[in-house]
Amino acid sequence: MALLETRGLTAFYGDFQALYGIDTALQPGETVAIIGANGAGKSTYLKSIVGLIRGPAESVWFDGQPIGARPAADVMKRGIALVPEGRRLFPSLTVEENLLIGRYGRSAPGPWPLDKIYALFPALKARRHSASTTLSGGEQQMAAIGRALVSNPRVLLCDEISLGLAPIVIRDLYNALLQIKAAGTSVVVVEQDIVQAFRVSDRIYCFQEGRCSLSGRPAELSREQIHLAYFGT
Amino acid sequence: MAEQNKPLAGAGHYRIETGTPVSLMAAVGTLIVVALLAALPLFAGRDLLENMIFVLYMLALAQCWNLLAGYTGLVSVGQQAFVGLGGYILFALTLIAGIDPLVAIILAGAISALFALPTALIVFRLRGAYFAIGTWVVAEVYRLSFAQFRQLGGGTGTSLGPDITNAVFAIDRVKSLLDVRTPAARDIISYWAALALAVGTTLLVYLILRSRRGLALGAIRDSEEAAASVGIDNARVKLAVYVIAAAVTGMIGALIYLQKARISPDAAFSVLDWTAYVIFIVVIGGIGTIEGPILGTLIFYLMQNYLASYGAVYLILLGVLAILVMLFAPKGLWGYLSQSYGLELLPIRRRLVWKKDQ
Amino acid sequence: MILWTNALIEGVLLGGLYALFAAGLSLIFGIMRLVNLAHGDLIILAAFVVLSVAAWLHIDPFAATLAALPIMFLAGFALQYCLLNRALGRGLLPPLLVTFGLSIIIENGLLELYSADSRRLHGGSIETSSIALGHAVSVGVVPLLTLASAIVVILVLNFIFYRTALGRAFRATADDLEISQLMGIDHPRIFSVATGLAFVVVTIAALYLGMRANFDPTIGPERLLYAFEAVIVGGLGSFWGTLAGGIIIGVAQTVGAQINPEWQILAGHVAFLTILVFRPRGLFPRAVD
Repeated sequence: MALLETRGLTAFYGDFQALYGIDTALQPGETVAIIGANGAGKSTYLKSIVGLIRGPAESVWFDGQPIGARPAADVMKRGIALVPEGRRLFPSLTVEENLLIGRYGRSAPGPWPLDKIYALFPALKARRHSASTTLSGGEQQMAAIGRALVSNPRVLLCDEISLGLAPIVIRDLYNALLQIKAAGTSVVVVEQDIVQAFRVSDRIYCFQEGRCSLSGRPAELSREQIHLAYFGT
Repeated sequence: MAEQNKPLAGAGHYRIETGTPVSLMAAVGTLIVVALLAALPLFAGRDLLENMIFVLYMLALAQCWNLLAGYTGLVSVGQQAFVGLGGYILFALTLIAGIDPLVAIILAGAISALFALPTALIVFRLRGAYFAIGTWVVAEVYRLSFAQFRQLGGGTGTSLGPDITNAVFAIDRVKSLLDVRTPAARDIISYWAALALAVGTTLLVYLILRSRRGLALGAIRDSEEAAASVGIDNARVKLAVYVIAAAVTGMIGALIYLQKARISPDAAFSVLDWTAYVIFIVVIGGIGTIEGPILGTLIFYLMQNYLASYGAVYLILLGVLAILVMLFAPKGLWGYLSQSYGLELLPIRRRLVWKKDQ
Repeated sequence: MILWTNALIEGVLLGGLYALFAAGLSLIFGIMRLVNLAHGDLIILAAFVVLSVAAWLHIDPFAATLAALPIMFLAGFALQYCLLNRALGRGLLPPLLVTFGLSIIIENGLLELYSADSRRLHGGSIETSSIALGHAVSVGVVPLLTLASAIVVILVLNFIFYRTALGRAFRATADDLEISQLMGIDHPRIFSVATGLAFVVVTIAALYLGMRANFDPTIGPERLLYAFEAVIVGGLGSFWGTLAGGIIIGVAQTVGAQINPEWQILAGHVAFLTILVFRPRGLFPRAVD
């Protein structure tokens, strides 16, 4: 049975329909990448899962329970954590406080206590008492990942963690993601950087204008198929 | 997406309209109502006339507050500053300078505008909710300052003698024309002045909102940043609205206290009488519409007439009603009606209409 | 000279009271950007609650305040949870007008229940005791306790804000409401806890308000204005700034009263407006608003 599933997921912003019946499934321990161009509905998909956009209960299933209508705080307590687009650290909290707040609603035992997160991202440990606003972009992204990880979620959702970062930093972040995966956490990455997405994921879904245009294992998909699913032409 | 919204058959073009067929009828109807109201002294008794004066000046105050809060987002809890200021200016001008009361009302408007400029300089440093309390502080400063003027009765206040209130412009002509005694003639003139202020204020708000400036106001209320990005000078538009509202409120205040003929700082700068009631009227009737305050004033008048004798309980009821409306029908009674029946009597919105080519 | 020294000392002590008024207002604003126009009336409501508890249990005002604290915490929690949360997130007007309506309801409800008579919280001999500072200057024990309580309240609030998980949740919610939910923070509950906490501070303020002077149901709005002035003068977002702001308004009032007794309140307002003109972000700004 899938750990996290969307069944015919739709989403609206007022009158504008952003998602048209998305069916996805994430198996335990699996890493899935959602790729697609700007405006394809990738972030909306993640927001719908975590409850920042709410819909019918049966559109999202987690661990056998319908959660599509649950508020975000409740979804997080069940074990789904999101690393939001643009990092969104809390500016008036220090680096360590940003990590600690990540387990406010859920402090389940697991592979990611605070010291393990510092071991994963040593740069954060050195800056632990600094204001989060003083971190570099890459460090902020590490803190955002750490903040999501510290509650030991069963599913980690990452929204465009490569955005605006240097290639070498992106590579480090994705290496960290491989370690997170190895520790047993299921991961969904939303990514425009297809190379990184393919490197870490077991399966991919490609979104185009609110619909899922392609899915499969990275090795089994041809360049042409992906190009068509991504750009539509 | 846009493709689907276009009418499918026939050539045509879009145009922007502000009027509707109903609004044309409403305009004619409004003229008739105003004409009837102007003729009211010919057949109404003094009681009705005095009640109408109250209704009209509350309506005028409500339109001013509506212009500030409903269209510009300047939520003032300190408009009593200008009611009291207008009242005191009237007393000063008539008692000390011996000016005709009607002229004094107009001067009160001008002087209130002058006071509004430095006041704005201070309160505009506060935003949103803090602006609200800031205006309240300023009104308190006005109240406490006027209590220091010994010539105007200090903290206990003072009265206008009949020699002044009866010296109103054209009172003799009204007396002979309508064959009434002096006190009645005075009420009639006050009534006409109140009618002129209420109609004038409503018309002014209507014209401001239909102008290009009015569009700017809507934009500022909806989003200051967005308005600034399309080149609207927020600060200047807001300042202009604030000063206009102050001038009109000052004139209304002068008229109110000419009619009352007695003024004291506590009454003239009362937050309950001149701001809380006014907010209630606008919120119940429908904030951000021209029709709302008219409806709200009528409701308030009825409640005031039938329930005011219950004192504190009545005020509790007003508070509860305002909270319920704000939470469950934030556009007020008029907003609810116009949404349910698509009514818009005095339209200020521009709408895109598809016209078929002939 | 002695007179002026006295006025200064009195003003500083009065500032303690105003800081207590202001701390609750600042707390609620800081976390949920809600400006509570009923804040002054809530202080008066709390004073009547303390008065009633004291009369009912035949205990002194201090004990009555202790007994009233949990009641007031729950009242604040319930008010936020059932009413004020519904007014949030819908623009500027709903919270302002709902709390303005609330202010009218509280004031008139108190008039209906307790009449317009002046009341006082009687604490026995402590009310009249004072401590001599030098041969001509002495300070009352109650005013001194007020200032000391203000300092303790601020220390406790700062501890909660900067040293506890609850405080982190307060600050996170204030920073970014959407993301705070992803931390499992149930913001309607966090807001309600914050208002409950503000009500606790309000009740402590009410104790000293009622012991220092007479009160009646109509004096709430003026207390709102003093609280507001202290918050703005101190600069948003800092409790210590609020204490400084309270002291500045307090000193302005007592010095004003020393010049002319009628100028007490006016002097406080004028000091506030003057500071607003020259330092619009307050003397010790912290939060960005």
